[in-house]
This record gives sequence, C-alpha cells and structure tokens, in this order.
Amino acid sequence: MPNTKRRRLFEIAATTVAVTLGATALAACGSEDDGDAQSGPVSLTYWTWTPGMDKVVDLWNKGPGKKEQITVTVKKQASGDTLVTKILTAHKAGKAPDLVQAEYQALPTLVSNDALADISGEVGDAKGKFAEGVWQQTTLGTDAVYAVPQDIGPMMFYYREDLFKKYDLTVPMTWDEFAETARKLKKASPDTDLTTFSANDSGLFAGLAQQAGAKWWTTEGDKWKVGIDDAATQKVAKFWGDLVEEGAIDNQPMYTPAWNKALNTGKQIAWVSAVWAPGTLSTAAPDTKGKWAMAPLPQWSGSENVTGSWGGSSTAVTTDSGNKEAAAKFAAWLNTDGEALNALAKESGIYPASTSAQLSGAFTTPPDYFSNQADFYTQAAEIANTTAPSAWGPNVNVAYTSFKDAFGAAAKNKSDFTAALKTMQDDTVADMKKQGFEVAE
Amino acid sequence: MTSTARRKSYGVKGAPYGFLIPASILFVLFFALPIGYAIWLSFRKVQVSGLGLGAGARKEVWAGLENYTDAFTDSELLDGALRVLGYGCIVVPVMLGLALLFALMLDSEKVRLAPFSRLAIFLPYAIPGVVAALLWGFLYLPDVSPFYFVLDKLGLPQPDLLDGGPLFLALSNIAVWGGTGFNMIVIYTSLQSIPAEVYEAAKLDGATPLQIALKIKIPMVAPSLVLTFFFSIIATLQVFSEPTTLKPLTNSVSTTWSPLMKVYQDAFGKGDIHAAAAQATIIALATLLLSFGFLRAANRRNKRDVSQGVAR
Repeated sequence: MPNTKRRRLFEIAATTVAVTLGATALAACGSEDDGDAQSGPVSLTYWTWTPGMDKVVDLWNKGPGKKEQITVTVKKQASGDTLVTKILTAHKAGKAPDLVQAEYQALPTLVSNDALADISGEVGDAKGKFAEGVWQQTTLGTDAVYAVPQDIGPMMFYYREDLFKKYDLTVPMTWDEFAETARKLKKASPDTDLTTFSANDSGLFAGLAQQAGAKWWTTEGDKWKVGIDDAATQKVAKFWGDLVEEGAIDNQPMYTPAWNKALNTGKQIAWVSAVWAPGTLSTAAPDTKGKWAMAPLPQWSGSENVTGSWGGSSTAVTTDSGNKEAAAKFAAWLNTDGEALNALAKESGIYPASTSAQLSGAFTTPPDYFSNQADFYTQAAEIANTTAPSAWGPNVNVAYTSFKDAFGAAAKNKSDFTAALKTMQDDTVADMKKQGFEVAE
Repeated sequence: MTSTARRKSYGVKGAPYGFLIPASILFVLFFALPIGYAIWLSFRKVQVSGLGLGAGARKEVWAGLENYTDAFTDSELLDGALRVLGYGCIVVPVMLGLALLFALMLDSEKVRLAPFSRLAIFLPYAIPGVVAALLWGFLYLPDVSPFYFVLDKLGLPQPDLLDGGPLFLALSNIAVWGGTGFNMIVIYTSLQSIPAEVYEAAKLDGATPLQIALKIKIPMVAPSLVLTFFFSIIATLQVFSEPTTLKPLTNSVSTTWSPLMKVYQDAFGKGDIHAAAAQATIIALATLLLSFGFLRAANRRNKRDVSQGVAR
C-alpha cells in the first residue's frame, strides 16, 4: 500500500515536471495589458451547456453581482465537443464571450490557441478548495491559472444489486474478477450481459486508461510525446477487446433506445460510469430505481486504489474579454461559494469539484435514484479523492474522433482492439505533425 | 442637342445595369465572397511551432495545393464517396421509379380518393430529415422496434438493418420515404398540363391506358423526369443528416461515412477549417460536374429526338 502511494506521488510529480517544461513559454505571454481598470456597471456573456445555469446566474445577478454591478448573461450552448471549435472561431474574430465552460481535456487546445486568459491573480486563492489533481488540470502545471474547476466525474462501478444476488455474483474488486463475473453471468443467463463496450464516448475509455496509469500526452523538452499506444492503455484495450471477442459482454453503443431498454429490463446489469450516473440512469432505466448500487471501480491489482475521471468541466475567462477581473470574480464565486454550489447541485445536478461542497448541502443525502444507498456521496467523495492525474494534449479532439471510428469498427467486427489503439495513436501523431508540432518518436 | 441625345441614349443603355445592381450586390455578398473566402482558406493552413503553446505559436501560412493532395490521398474521403455512390444507386432509381408510378396512377382516370392519396404520399416530405431519420432509427433498432417484435412472434428471421449491406437499404429507405412525394408532385403537375386532346386522339386510335402511359405520358413528362433526376443526384451527393442521426445508434456508421460528414468532422471535430474548405471545394466541383454533365447529356438526347422527329 505505501508502495503504490509513493508511485502515485511520483507520477504526479512527473506530469507536473513534464507540463512545467512547456509552461515557461506560457508564462511569458501572460503579461498582456488587461485594461480592466474601468469601474461602473459591467455586463458579461457566459457560454455554457449546463442545464439550469441561468437560474444559478440569477442568484449572482440579484446578489453579489448587483452589489458589484457585474451582470452575467448566459448563452446556452449545445455541448463540450463542438463548443471548443465555436470558441476558437469566435476568438479568431476577437469576439469570444467573456466566460466559457470548458471540459478539462479541452483546456490545452484552448490555451495553445491563446484563447484563455491567465486569471491566477484573481482566483489563485481558490486553489485550496480543490483536490490537487483537479486544480493541476486548470494550471497545466504552470504558475498560470486558466480556469476554475466546476464539476468532476470520478469513475465508479454501478450494478443491479438484486440481479447480482439472483445470479449469485459478487461485486468485482479487480478487473480480473470483473471478467470472471461477466463470464459467470453469461453461463448463468446467456441472454444477459454484464455490460457493453461502447465506442461512442471516448471519455469513458480515456478515464479507464487514466486509471491504468496511462499518460497520453507528455512533453519532452520542446517536443510532445504521445503515449496513447502505451503499455497501460494497451492493457485496457486488450482487456475489453478480449471480453467483446469472446462474447462475454455486449458490443453495442450506449445512449441508444436499445441500451436504455437493456438497462431498464435487466438485460444489462452493470455499468462502468462516473458520479453523474444516477441522472443518466433515472432517465434510461426509470423502472429499476432503488435496485442499483454503486461501488468503487475494479482495480488492476488488489493493492491499488485509484480511479479515472470521465467528464467534468471548468469555467474559464477568455483573452477577448474586456473585463477579465470581473469575469474571474464571477468564475470564482460560481465554483467556490456555498450558495452557488448548492444551486448548481440542485438546478443542474452537477457533482462539484470543490471538495468542501462534495459533502454539504445537496450531497448530505443520496440521490433520489439511489435512496437505498445512504452513504452514496460519502463514498463518492472518498473515491473522488483517489482520482489519477490526467495528461491532456493539444489535439484531444482528434484522438477522440479516431477512437470512435477505430474502436467502433473493432467492436462491431469483434476484432483486435490493440490494432484500433495503434490507429488512434497514429492518427493523433500524424495530426500533430501535420499541424507542425514537434513530436518525439 | 447632340450631347443631350447622347446622354439620353447612355441613360437608357445603362438602365439594365442599374436594375442588375441589387441582385449583383447580393450575389457578391452572399455567394461569390463566401465561396471565394472558402477557396482562399483551402490554400492555407495553420503552422504550429515547437510545443504550440503561447501566443505566437500558431501562424496561418500558405499551403498551396497541400490540402487538396491530402484530400485526394485520404482514403476516407474516397471511401465515403464510394459509399454515397452505392447509396445513390439505390435511392435515385427507386425513388424516381416510385414517384413516376404514383404520379401515373394518380393521373389515371379511374383513381379514387386522389386528393387524399396525393397528400398522403406527399406528407413525409414535410417531415424534417432529422426527425424522419430518428423515427426510422427507432424502427431499425431490434430491441425497441415493433417490427422486430412482430417478426419475433412470427418466428421469422430478424436481420440487423444497421450493419453492412442492409445499412445501405436502411439509409436509402429513409431518403425514398421522404423524397418520393416531392418528386411525385413535380411529375404529376407536369402530367396535368398535357392537353386532354392528346389523350382523346390516342383513345380514338384505340390505345389502351397502359399504352397511353408508356407511349404518351412518360415521353411528355421527360423534362420533369430530367429535373427530378438532377435534384436527386445533388441531394444524394449532399447526404448528411440521415447517417449523422443514425450514427449514435450503431457502430457501423463512422464519423466520416459520407464526404460531407468528413468535411463537418474536419471543420468542427478537428478544428481544421483549411482541410475542410479544400474538401468542400472538391465536393462542390464534383457535384457541379456530375449534375451538369447529366443535364448536358439529357439535353443532347432531347435535341436529337426533336431533330429526328422533324426529319421524319
């Protein structure tokens, strides 16, 4: 146990060093004239896809915002994937909104396009409110701060408690046990699957690889190193590929009407997901409310205790904003103020990145769907604390698209997942080289 | 005297150009300029230096034909074009065949409930493509489709429509379902404009309804058939919303299934507007070539028919 702990610390240190090397350039350019000395009423625009955000922002506009004469207007956006391109396009015209919501993996892309402002001066104090691994994603390991963490998605294992009992299954503690559980279930009930390998959400696979210790993007001096095809990820790909190939689990995508039905009727009895799963399950499988339970993610070895993250986003201030200071003030309030976080939990159903909020307010009682598991959020907070550090690069979008196509085809044909992983690595490196990034072989 | 006359004639001469100005301005602003800009973008690219971090790390530079050679050597674009070709080979003949058949049936004298049938066949066209694709997508998914339920109860085989060859049929079916009505109306309208005397003469000569349909009606609506064919080719080459809507339901539709999906993916997934602009230009040129090539071929045949008719 102490051994693994030390290894994790070493890993965190290694990424931090790696990203810091790339950061000197960033720090140098952070000294633009900010020109927000102006006083008087300020109005800000905020691009976000979080549902119910307008209600949370109303609290600001009627409360602290009114006092400081800072009004925020929400412009609702579709989702994270396309928003990055939209922000970059707007930034090209010098017309990006003051505030944007950005997924953690999109931050390097946005920073490398010089779209996000360094707000370390305004929000630096907030650092203590977040877990180190979470905060590190918004600094990219530098002295600068490019965003304030909003929500996180530590990964967990969800299963049908009643059906596990019925089929005489135990909750898997390791991935080996997970595979055994899948096989045992197939034998007991050939029409039932433990779960499916879905290729339509790259974040799931990225989180699983992260748990295994993968570092997809690191820097070596002036060069990027792409480690998508590294040993850790290969292990994850082979594990799921083998399960699909032998037919121990299903290979159909998630989030389809068929998937909803499989969950709702007990045709699939477990789901590797993240802390936000109760929301998804309550719409996908409404009839099975109260029959599910949550457990930590299976581990690669019995002595480990680590999870990946799937999802999560932050609030950032753009370089185009004429009122960076005011915008940063709002971003800090939104993600650290108790009232704001309570409202975010209630109106938007997010799981806060702020550690103190993870056990207060809305999170003192389990989600409605999991009313049978009283300590849901206590466990969730403990699991969140074991999140492995992440290593995002400047073209996550390309890797993600490549994943969907390569793994989608491999899942369909039940063919070699490690070959698909190689494709993903090659596509990502080729794109970086084409753009002119220096890539270490 | 002479000078006023000249001025006057000059004014009259200039009038047509004056009338053209509003249209020309709109054409330039909303058509020529965006196209020109897209073409300009297609010859450029973003060059990153070093780690690509920081303000000056990204520059837009001249790329020459690089984006075009990349597009032509990218097997995904070609594969997409082939997939769309296969899709078009099903959609166009089936859709136009059905449209013609329905139009002829509605135009026949014995038809009952014509207004109702016309509306019923046309109605799917009024349903947005995305909605139609979603609707059919649900019907194709074995676990939720009522069709599969019935097939299962009858003990019949249940093919997976969202995989391999059947996927083409599944996608084509959506297009045929949605497009037949529109094409039928175009052909039907042109059938209605055929003078009644022609039919009377044919009947006096002893022609059967089938003969009238084959020998009189179809040749006389040939121009509408050409027109609908022309529209269908363009619509096929631009297929986007149906496969995009079905994509989340199956592993078989990739993010670059059709050429336009590849353009969208490059522009909004990868954020490479330059590659996307080059591909869009290629697709536009191919569409232009194919559709106008077809129009010219059709016109030439028409002219030949006319001149033969005169000679006879």
